[in-house]
Amino acid sequence: MKYKQTPSQTVGPYFAYGLTPEQYGYDFRSLVTNELVSPLDQQSIRITGRVFDGASLPITDAMIEMWQGDNGQPLFGRCGTGTDPQHRFIFYTVKPSPRSGQAPFLTLIIFMRGQLIHTYTRLYFDDEADLNAQDMVLNQVPAERRSTLIARKIDGGYTLDIYMQGDRETVFFDV
Amino acid sequence: MDQKQYNLLDREVQPPYIYPDYKSTVLRAPTKPLVLLKHSLAELSGPVFGDFVLGDLDHDLTKNSVKNGNPIGERIVVHGRVLNELGQPIPDTLIEIWQANAAGRYVHKVDQHHAPLDPNFLGTGRCRSDKNGHYKFYTIKPGAYPWGNHPNAWRPNHIHFSLFGANITNRLVTQMYFPGDPLLQYDPIFLGVPPQGRDLLISKFDLDITEESFALGYRFDFILRGYKSTPFETL
Repeated sequence: MKYKQTPSQTVGPYFAYGLTPEQYGYDFRSLVTNELVSPLDQQSIRITGRVFDGASLPITDAMIEMWQGDNGQPLFGRCGTGTDPQHRFIFYTVKPSPRSGQAPFLTLIIFMRGQLIHTYTRLYFDDEADLNAQDMVLNQVPAERRSTLIARKIDGGYTLDIYMQGDRETVFFDV
Repeated sequence: MDQKQYNLLDREVQPPYIYPDYKSTVLRAPTKPLVLLKHSLAELSGPVFGDFVLGDLDHDLTKNSVKNGNPIGERIVVHGRVLNELGQPIPDTLIEIWQANAAGRYVHKVDQHHAPLDPNFLGTGRCRSDKNGHYKFYTIKPGAYPWGNHPNAWRPNHIHFSLFGANITNRLVTQMYFPGDPLLQYDPIFLGVPPQGRDLLISKFDLDITEESFALGYRFDFILRGYKSTPFETL
């Protein structure tokens, strides 16, 4: 390659007024929010979860991005874990439709102080057991770790906690 | 169909997940091997960030949050290009910017450093690369500030950036440093980058972009992950 990639550096603890200003109450317009679709949309689902560190404590200064590339229109959202009393991320989106044998999924990119480079993971849905069982990507994941990627259906949506380390360490992808 | 094969992260220049000198990495970085994801269009699709409408003053941090005067500090202009690894310009790239003020203080509520806030400086902005991949913005040179990583730890002067390419593989969050900063040799966040990558994070003083009687100029290029070969069409 002619040029070397610009190295990654941590998002640090002070990203909020730049990347998620409205969520954190700063006087600057947010380009993107945690609403990939309006919560009022009949099809909308709510996705929640927390991010835990290696000491099993919820991380209060992470930023999660949600990307999904279907339904005819790519969707993108962002949420920090510093404003919810339980330090959850909360997104409103629509459940992607399955395509060509793949189970529906959402891509999550995780940024935080203490990560020199961001991490990629996926969120699958526990009410898609048949599609999940035949999904190419899920089948690449060691069987005993697949559950770390599968969100649980709860009232109004789905929930998935992310574990950076430990017995339940989430599967992260090299994309 | 698009058959682009995107490069993986270049581990010769990219930092590792765990770098114990930067203490917060120890409990926050994955410890198990990553699962290699084969790319397909569904994985790669991303929003079109070129469509975002930016505010008129988003690219000028010296003006975009003025309340009763000009911000204090050394006015600078930062410019450069967004390129892929083949050196091709990447147009319409959204670049988000945040930084400390000239005294080394962030507006962020969590920042308790005993240094003054500047009522006329929020320290955030954004711009977009043009059709040649070029970008430019104005700001105040950020100050150094102490942090709790180790005794007498100070972050070098730096500006934070967030960039979006065409898809999730191009996502880049990084920091730009300034030439000759004596704090760089002590900073575990900078030193977390392998030696071959470190110079890529240091901007260059640029007399050609320096605006006479107005602002010092610095140049900083962003190189986003590219693809291995010329894309081709199949049916």
